[in-house]
Amino acid sequence: MSYQSDLYQQVILDHNKNPKNFREVDGHSHSCDGYNPLCGDKIKVEMKIADGLIEDVGFSGSGCAISKASASLMTVNIKGKTVDEARVMFDEFHKMVVGELDTKSAKHHLGRLTIFEGVREFPSRIKCASLAWHTLVCAIDKTGEATIE
Amino acid sequence: MDKSKTAQSFDVEKIRADFPMLSTKVDGRPLVYLDNAATTQKPLAVIEAVRRFDSEHYAPVRRGSYKIGEVATEMFEDVRKKVATFLNAGDTRQIIFTSGATQSINLVAHSFGKSLGAGDEIIISNMEHHANTVPWQMVRDERGCVLKVIPVNDDGTLSMEGYAKLLGPKTKLVAITHSSNVLGTVNPIKEITRMAHSVGAKVMVDGAQSVPHIKIDVKDLDCDFLAFSGHKLYAPSGVGVLFGKYDVLESMPPYVTGGDMIVTVSLARSTFAKPPHRFEAGTPPASQVVGLGAAIDYLNSVGFEKLAAYEQLLLEYGTKVLSGIKGLRIIGSAPHKAAIISFWLEAAHPHDVVTILDQDAIAVRGGHHCAQPVMERFGVPATTRASFSLYNKTSEIDQLAESLQKVIKVFG
Repeated sequence: MSYQSDLYQQVILDHNKNPKNFREVDGHSHSCDGYNPLCGDKIKVEMKIADGLIEDVGFSGSGCAISKASASLMTVNIKGKTVDEARVMFDEFHKMVVGELDTKSAKHHLGRLTIFEGVREFPSRIKCASLAWHTLVCAIDKTGEATIE
Repeated sequence: MDKSKTAQSFDVEKIRADFPMLSTKVDGRPLVYLDNAATTQKPLAVIEAVRRFDSEHYAPVRRGSYKIGEVATEMFEDVRKKVATFLNAGDTRQIIFTSGATQSINLVAHSFGKSLGAGDEIIISNMEHHANTVPWQMVRDERGCVLKVIPVNDDGTLSMEGYAKLLGPKTKLVAITHSSNVLGTVNPIKEITRMAHSVGAKVMVDGAQSVPHIKIDVKDLDCDFLAFSGHKLYAPSGVGVLFGKYDVLESMPPYVTGGDMIVTVSLARSTFAKPPHRFEAGTPPASQVVGLGAAIDYLNSVGFEKLAAYEQLLLEYGTKVLSGIKGLRIIGSAPHKAAIISFWLEAAHPHDVVTILDQDAIAVRGGHHCAQPVMERFGVPATTRASFSLYNKTSEIDQLAESLQKVIKVFG
């Protein structure tokens, strides 16, 4: 196990340095503030959802490389997806980082997000990786517009 | 010059041999433990004292009126005497055993807090641990008090001018840390107390970070309360102390109630024991208290002057080495500092720093250190903190610096 191959892969470092969708979303329909009391990381997720489709998503705040890169890659991967698809991805992502989903053997919809699989070897960093996702689901739920089928 | 001589003659390898945890390995690498402001490792003398008490003397303390109960009680009460001597408190009735500094402060907030009314003022500072902030916010909200905050200067010292301005006839209590767990700053408690007493206010000192590193004399400081934890003093977790001046304690109602803190109990009413027992309801953490006694013996055997001089040497060395790292900003540069170095590294967030250092078996703390108002004051979301103790070596600081270069390489 090494931090460079398992945790800080180049893609993660790149997204930390130059995060995608690191911005506020004008005219957003959904938003939520996420907070990790252990380290003080703060993140805001804003989304424009129409007819169950995530048309736009952005995030702001401060955090470590893992939480920032995770937020960045999350926005890239859920943009254009439906709310239901995003929920499935949240569920799979969560299972992956806590070690309940092996992306090599099980079917999943995580695509490139599997680069966070190494986080499972660093228990104290699981919350960093999942903060953005929890905030996303909170944003979806808050207004009660999202539906679960 | 004498001081540096003392520090140089300090046999750190001999000290290290007393701490079994220091010879452990993390994934095959020798542990470099630099998180002493969070909790300290225990010397064998402490581990053995607890084991001996548990295996040869354990019995209910201050309850068992049979032989082993009496012996256990004597051992327990002996530690009260030891703590009183350690703090130069004199009267042993002024020493209350608690579960830690947090509970000690909550005891004062709860019990002394009952004497406060609407409009009364409590003063804290901008460098407090949450344990010396939140209890006072609770008192403020419950009793309608006013909570005032002493500002902190850019170098991490307390603004004494700011403090003087806040003091007034309505000030009832000043609750202040002796040494900041983030900045390392050692505050001039004697002066703070003198000023508070001149307006009739009491002073509660959070000694969690100072008692393990600075020789404490509560008579000289003249503070009304002083709180500290055993686990930052090489003793077991789950035990702490509240020193309180007897007349002040005597005027306070109980905090936690129950067994062993009463004189009589009927179904209609109860009368309460005198301090310290009034504040020690329930079966106390006897084994941990015995461990605390052993830790005090251990520190006395090393000698406070020697360990304090050595820790200052580590601080100076650490400050010099870390200052040389590009993009590293040390937060807290007070002239009188404990051996704590908090810093912000431009290249990486403290959590990432901690993870990478951990790969080299270096244990440091990353985060807000339960002191978010301090983070806000210095405009950082978190810091990385290396905190030293009598068993650390300058070579460990070199390892820290080397590992930080790796962080810069990864994130650079």
